[in-house]
Amino acid sequence: MKTARDIAKNVNNGSSATLELEETLVRIKEQNDELNVFLYVDEQGARAAAQRVDEIVARGENAGPLAGVPIALKDNLCTVDVPTTCASKILDGWRPPYSATVVEKILAAGAVPVGKTNLDEFAMGSSTENSAFGPTRNPLDPSRVPGGSSGGSAAAVASQMTTLSLGSDTGGSIRQPAALCGIVGVKPTYGLVSRYGLVAFASSLDQIGPFASNVTDAATLLEAVAGHDSRDSTSLVEPSPSLVAHVEDGVKGRRVALVRELVDGADEDVVESVMKAVETLRAAGATIFELSIPELRLGLSAYYLIAPAEASSNLARFDGVRYGLRVDADDVAAMNEATRTAGFGKEVKRRIMLGTYALSAGYYDAYYGQALKVRTMTIEAFKRAYQQADLLIGATTPSVAFAFGSKTNDPMAMYLSDVFTIPTNLSGDAAISVPFGTGEADLPVGVQLLGPGRSEASLFSAARVLERADGRE
Amino acid sequence: MSKPLRREDVAHVAKLARLHLDETELDEFTKQLGDVLEHAKDIESLDLEGVLPTAHPFGLVNVVRSDTVTASLQRDAVLRSAPDAENGRFAVPRIVGEAP
Repeated sequence: MKTARDIAKNVNNGSSATLELEETLVRIKEQNDELNVFLYVDEQGARAAAQRVDEIVARGENAGPLAGVPIALKDNLCTVDVPTTCASKILDGWRPPYSATVVEKILAAGAVPVGKTNLDEFAMGSSTENSAFGPTRNPLDPSRVPGGSSGGSAAAVASQMTTLSLGSDTGGSIRQPAALCGIVGVKPTYGLVSRYGLVAFASSLDQIGPFASNVTDAATLLEAVAGHDSRDSTSLVEPSPSLVAHVEDGVKGRRVALVRELVDGADEDVVESVMKAVETLRAAGATIFELSIPELRLGLSAYYLIAPAEASSNLARFDGVRYGLRVDADDVAAMNEATRTAGFGKEVKRRIMLGTYALSAGYYDAYYGQALKVRTMTIEAFKRAYQQADLLIGATTPSVAFAFGSKTNDPMAMYLSDVFTIPTNLSGDAAISVPFGTGEADLPVGVQLLGPGRSEASLFSAARVLERADGRE
Repeated sequence: MSKPLRREDVAHVAKLARLHLDETELDEFTKQLGDVLEHAKDIESLDLEGVLPTAHPFGLVNVVRSDTVTASLQRDAVLRSAPDAENGRFAVPRIVGEAP
């Protein structure tokens, strides 16, 4: 498997981006019917992008750090004139009039976006089973889920259909599928990457981030998409950090805390991998100690009130007036209801209902208000932890990839698969999932490294230590 | 502590959210949403007097930009993917009834 860095180097040296793309399109044709990774393959747009890259190189110029690298986009990222569905019937036929900032940035870096990947409808789910267009299958074992909600983007890279992909992470939607598919996934610091053009689920938690088969590629992609954007008022104004330059920095002298609440309740095979990762970091010169952060146990409840509350407000815009689907009725209110009832799937309806309830008169203080205070407690608890430790370590998910249908009838069981990833979204900090070792049925285990806001460079260098120890140069 | 979620609460919330739930869905949602709220008892019961709520992780406040004219989306491009448009506007079914 060629890395993104190899492809970019070769293309900048004159090898053809167009040829690279054609090979990618063949791989997609061979595998997509079985895996259901892509909802839309934009052959025409991709060929035009590859050709532009080839022309830049032919002029003797550098086409960028991602020159000619095929990349897949989660289908909640707007792409001008290319269908953007959020895996929902309610956006049927909608073609955005603009592109997300990240799409403009990867194009400027020379990447070739090939298409839009499957997800849990509006990014709500942990298995990609909530897609209106059928589930994505895990390339490592097609009888199991790829995780979610960015399951399509994770599977695109794990199946080697594309070299890179972008997803979004609101409660673990990048890290959890990365873990289940055996690849690297990053939830950047809130505000590091512009959310302009990301269809909003829970705006105070959503963050766009990279998937890659290796740590260095993930750093390269994040470096290309990070940075302030005046079109996203929540984007950080500080200059974006240098990441690739620090990938090989190692962990010597770093203080790393193994967090009890980020392994408790995980399957034995998962815990074993985490312990091995801890020993690997110790052997590489890190100072290791154990830490308990009891507040993290409250994260799940807080998240499943805050995220649905924000979603119920964000998804009010899908009313049959401005985008996609409309189901006709005699008056506007009836049309709104008929459209939303026909257009949204069950999980989306559940979360809208939950959020509407949590925000409704008489319950606001008990649920939403209380959850926002728990969020403050989570932030304070992480701050205290980061006074003692540079990085935290734990599991990404409680288990390896699970079977289709095993959690679909019990939303609470599904929600629990995000228990280790959610706290970082609440605090706005950064975290990475890196494959390390295998568990049940020889499936990959994801180890999660967490750091304070803007600590991505340090996370990448620690993840790189684990990657090398796991036999992946 | 809040009362357990009832079927009529779910029906009321569905109306607020402009969703129609059939009888089976009402039963199903009452059970499933009840489970989530049951789990949330761990935070509902905490005494958090004096803890400030967080809406933005880094305490961002108002963001302003300079008052300069910049390009915006073209109207036709925005209306192109709308279910119905008329005279450069989104078109919807009637909002109020005919005069008697």
